[in-house]
Amino acid sequence: MSTSISENTTTATPVLSADGLRVATTAGEEILHGVSFELQPGKILALVGESGSGKTTAGLACLGHFRQGLEHTGGEIHLAGSGQDGSILDLPESERRKLRGGAISYVPQDPALSLNPAMRIGEQIMEVLRVHRYGDSDAERRGRAAEVLAEVGLENDRAYLGRYPHQLSGGQQQRVGIAMAFACRPAVMVLDEPTTGLDVTTQALVLQTIDQLAERHSVAGLYITHDLAVVAKVADDVVVMLSGDVVEHGPTAQVLYRPQHHYTRKLLNAVPDLAGKRRVGSVAAITGEQAAVPQDGSASHAAQITTADRHPAAPTPAPAAHRSLLEVSGLRLAYGENQVLDGIDFKLGQGESMMLLGESGSGKTTLSRCIAGLNDDYNGTVCLDGAELAPGTRARSAEQRQQVQYVFQSPFSSLNPRRTICESVEVPLQMSGKMSRKERRLRVREALDQVRLGDSYLDRRPGDLSGGERQRAAIARALVNAPSLLVCDEVTSALDVSVQASIIDLLRSLQTDTGMSMLFVTHNIALARHISQRMAVLQKGRIVDLGSTEDVLENPQHDYTRELLANVPTF
Amino acid sequence: MSVIDSPQDIAREVETPPGLLRRLVRQRQAKIGIALTGVVVLLAVLGPLLLPWATGYTSTQFAGRPFQADGLFGTDNLGRDVLSRFLDGGLRLLIYAALATLLGMVLGGLTGMVAAYQGGWVDSIIMRANDVMLALPQLVFALLAITVLGPQGWVLVVVIGITHAPRIARVTRSATVEVITEDFIRAAEMYAVPKWKILVKDVLPNITGPLMVELGLRMTYSIGAVASLSFLGLGMQPPTADWGLMINENRIALVVQPWGVILPVLAIAVLTVGTNLITDSLARASANVNVGATK
Repeated sequence: MSTSISENTTTATPVLSADGLRVATTAGEEILHGVSFELQPGKILALVGESGSGKTTAGLACLGHFRQGLEHTGGEIHLAGSGQDGSILDLPESERRKLRGGAISYVPQDPALSLNPAMRIGEQIMEVLRVHRYGDSDAERRGRAAEVLAEVGLENDRAYLGRYPHQLSGGQQQRVGIAMAFACRPAVMVLDEPTTGLDVTTQALVLQTIDQLAERHSVAGLYITHDLAVVAKVADDVVVMLSGDVVEHGPTAQVLYRPQHHYTRKLLNAVPDLAGKRRVGSVAAITGEQAAVPQDGSASHAAQITTADRHPAAPTPAPAAHRSLLEVSGLRLAYGENQVLDGIDFKLGQGESMMLLGESGSGKTTLSRCIAGLNDDYNGTVCLDGAELAPGTRARSAEQRQQVQYVFQSPFSSLNPRRTICESVEVPLQMSGKMSRKERRLRVREALDQVRLGDSYLDRRPGDLSGGERQRAAIARALVNAPSLLVCDEVTSALDVSVQASIIDLLRSLQTDTGMSMLFVTHNIALARHISQRMAVLQKGRIVDLGSTEDVLENPQHDYTRELLANVPTF
Repeated sequence: MSVIDSPQDIAREVETPPGLLRRLVRQRQAKIGIALTGVVVLLAVLGPLLLPWATGYTSTQFAGRPFQADGLFGTDNLGRDVLSRFLDGGLRLLIYAALATLLGMVLGGLTGMVAAYQGGWVDSIIMRANDVMLALPQLVFALLAITVLGPQGWVLVVVIGITHAPRIARVTRSATVEVITEDFIRAAEMYAVPKWKILVKDVLPNITGPLMVELGLRMTYSIGAVASLSFLGLGMQPPTADWGLMINENRIALVVQPWGVILPVLAIAVLTVGTNLITDSLARASANVNVGATK
């Protein structure tokens, strides 16, 4: 496997090489089963895998660090230029500390957490230089701090060096993090998902910075990520990891376009594709040929009948096929000076799926919570089926509550860890109906079936479930009452790509089967064609682009949408 | 098979971390604590039943010496058998301490949870009232209440319970604040679950860790408080047999007949050290899932 990489770089000697690296928990369970890879100067190697595959463990091992509860059980790591001939893992901890930040450095995932909020950024960079005795005087070090900021594409005047981290945007913070890592001109940089929390435009900028650093200063980069689209953009070589093993290893083009291992293929299939050429899961992507609204009659009609049957008190639905189910008009919400929502108007038809796209801070979650009744200090109207919904769920009728359902972003927080899945999922039934315990359990079982979780999950607790399974259970809770509108708030952003694909697939087929409408809130524009017939782009509390997915993607009206589209990493 | 249809395939049995109690019992410190507490509690509970066998010589003269055939630990200044009084005097102390702790837990837990969940002015009123309560020293408050209401058992329990409540309320509030930011509370609100039900079913089970720690800590304090109030003559009244009271009654003859003081002091000391050890290990167990996993 490793021969493929040495073909094109026969002359270069690796700056860092991991050889048969083994790491186990102190309890004896092995996490890494002999992982080997090599880093070449000026090249970026991507370490790809799902959460739990051991990629971060391997990355940290390169720094000679093992997280608490883990220990090194075998294998070697050689770092050229460190002045050490042997494996750096054989060095005592004090020697390893000297290497970190100097010969090899680390860029953590969340810049907001890794920068000291009470320290000016210039000082933070100076601190690294001082610790490693870079330069002879403080003046020289100050010069280097300014220089390194320029190298990562930031301003470097005195005023900028004197800023605090909270005065910078997320992308700037991450670039300061990279500057700190690069300050002492390391030979190797380990980047642990440095763009995961950033929106596509900022991500593009950060990736460009990393690329330039590697190229101009021939730094070797180890880029840990789960995002294959990013890999295509930044990496020269790829190592694919699966539960502690390297399953595929080779140049990026080869791994991404001619994958050998079935796991790599599986991962690649799960990556959402903006162009809609690939399909995620079993349902085809939405392209121009597909109608924006499912043909009336079949599915949506059947659903109307069943809901009407179930709740005879419901107002009889209008016969029009393109009847709008949800109407939001003039929605405004402000927290003090901060206008979060600034006049939102849109309609959502029966059986239609709409994507609400926006970056963090655009007000998309607030909007979805207003619709679901979780936020009640808004002005404006939200109408469901022609009837105005009261702000706040407690003010709504039981039936209105039942019709609008909301799925939370993080499945790790939305299920009570002390309740079994059945107890959690049956809450809506307990509150809305007079079903007996047995009937409820039966209905819960049906809902779990809909989300493809078996009976065995009924009496398990969230702690025993993976993230994807928990999100399925949370969706089951929303489905158990047969809603007519499902609001999904970033339901896949806490999940791995392959799990995301399965959840998207599930939501698509549920929508077609039940004929419910869906509002899919996300920051990931790449999902557009996989989930929604229409999309709305939200920026700073306003809808700047609204239309069918095809129209918005092919013919964006607003600069912001164009910018987003231009920066989406694709391969 | 595609990735999609096979959640069961990826599902691997995750080993659930052992429960709070098991993590507690795994610690050596907790074992010692449980043993110490157990000995004293057993002594206090079984003491009254052992009386017929243990009763020794009773004399109106202050003449009883320890380690004699007619009374293992001699008699006190009124000629009463020390061992009998010791065996008889523990249970009341324990019951009062337990009741006071329970009362404090209920009061404090309730107000703390309501304050955190309601927020706004309800929170402010409850927590400021708490601060006022905290400003009053426990002993002064107890003295005041007992001088007004008289030294009766229920007064003792209520007074100690009430002085515990604000401290427990604070701990409960901070634990609750953490839990109520979780989305499952939002979800329950979305389904319009009654607020009391959210508190009982969603909040309470998730704050048992800190509450258990607080329970242990308050139990320790209650034991000390009941014993010291009795010692001061404000708790149990003579001629009741009680450990706190015994220390007070017998301290005048400490040089001549030390056993009347040593026995109850030992018992109270061992009891508080025991409950303290348990509480400490409980706190450790609830803070860290891996406690006791490695030797």
